[in-house]
Amino acid sequence: MGEFAYVAPRNVADAVGVLQDHANNGRRAQVLAGGTDLLVQLRGLDKAPRTIVDVKKIEETNRLDIGGDEIYIGAAIPSAILNENQELKSLLPGLIEAADLIGSTQIQGRASLGGNLCNSSPAADTIPAMIADRGICVIAGSGGEREVPVEDFCTGVGTNVMTGDEFLLGLKFPRPPANSGDAYLRFIPRTEMDIAVAGAGVSVTLDGGGTCTAARVGIGAVAPTPLLVADAAAALVGTAVDDDALAAAGAACSTAASPINDKRGTVEYRRKVVAVLCRRAGAIARDRALAA
Amino acid sequence: MSKMHIHTTINGDQVDFLGSPQQSLLDALRDEVGKLGTKEGCGTGDCGACSVIVDGRLVCSCLMLAAEAEGAEITTIEGIADGDGLHPLQEKFLEHAALQCGVCTPGFIVAAKALLDRDPNPDERTIRYWLAGNLCRCTGYDKIVRAVQDAAEQLAHPA
Repeated sequence: MGEFAYVAPRNVADAVGVLQDHANNGRRAQVLAGGTDLLVQLRGLDKAPRTIVDVKKIEETNRLDIGGDEIYIGAAIPSAILNENQELKSLLPGLIEAADLIGSTQIQGRASLGGNLCNSSPAADTIPAMIADRGICVIAGSGGEREVPVEDFCTGVGTNVMTGDEFLLGLKFPRPPANSGDAYLRFIPRTEMDIAVAGAGVSVTLDGGGTCTAARVGIGAVAPTPLLVADAAAALVGTAVDDDALAAAGAACSTAASPINDKRGTVEYRRKVVAVLCRRAGAIARDRALAA
Repeated sequence: MSKMHIHTTINGDQVDFLGSPQQSLLDALRDEVGKLGTKEGCGTGDCGACSVIVDGRLVCSCLMLAAEAEGAEITTIEGIADGDGLHPLQEKFLEHAALQCGVCTPGFIVAAKALLDRDPNPDERTIRYWLAGNLCRCTGYDKIVRAVQDAAEQLAHPA
């Protein structure tokens, strides 16, 4: 049965060592960031003993680096700290809004982008936004570091590409070029603090004349994993991101979706709503790009 | 099961205690430290009754392991008042009858304290958003919001 244990390694090598040791000996280890999902699971569905590996004491999981080409966000940085960083908020407003949508003030003080991603819920709010912003996962393991695009990270409901000796260090985003904007919208049955019925993140870059030169669309809660919708982005590139282009992008999202029926929404409803969210998020991203 | 020796500062006092690796900070505060003012409502981060301030951040103590609090500065409801008197938030909760059964009250007061520490003059919308993670099933929220507004006023202009 084993016992519970808690360790808080101070560096990447020590953390990988603990994870590798557990993986090699058939013992269970689980990585802890803010804990807002993990502690709920510990009390409810999954009480089995394990070693909890708190990665918050590691520099790389807490580093926030806004560079000329690249933005690095440590996996364990709480949403509240991201939201208080005005430079980050002005560069990737859609991503920060997605993080800010999750939970109450109390949750915001703990919950992180890395935790949201590694929990790998299909309805995770930050994942479509990270996909739209071309996020890259920086993963540490016994083989060194590797990088995986966010859209390739989740493999199913609650599962992802990381092996037992790996953990997420942080997320890299290309610094958005001039005239870029992003946005994330989700639909929930009430106004605050609920799980997405559908969500859509959009980023666009415009040229001097307002024509879209690059776009990305990510959708959530409408498939077993969050999805990159290349067809939706293609519908925006070369246009002024006008109503017709946005409608085509929305339709591509409906086509890409493979939702389930559950208490929060039916298949038909989710397909329809994800298109609406894509259109509206696309319009916000466009307006932000025009204002940038 | 092996216990861990955890060193914290709680309400300004150095407090060391033994906790289990999987024990929540909430359970440790109540069962190991004897600070019973912090309440358990849902135990899953939805209701805010267990709110405490850890290193300047408002958190649900049910969603944090005690072991994560190693080296942390923690403020609980017992640390809100200065000396023997009540904090203005506590006085105003009484004046406005912003409580009935009282289980949510420590969480509301700690959360409101964290807000006023950050923003001494919040508008009603800010207060409502900030306190949205604290649930009260007795009074409704109007009296609570008015108590917080009144406390902010008193803190800004002490009589």
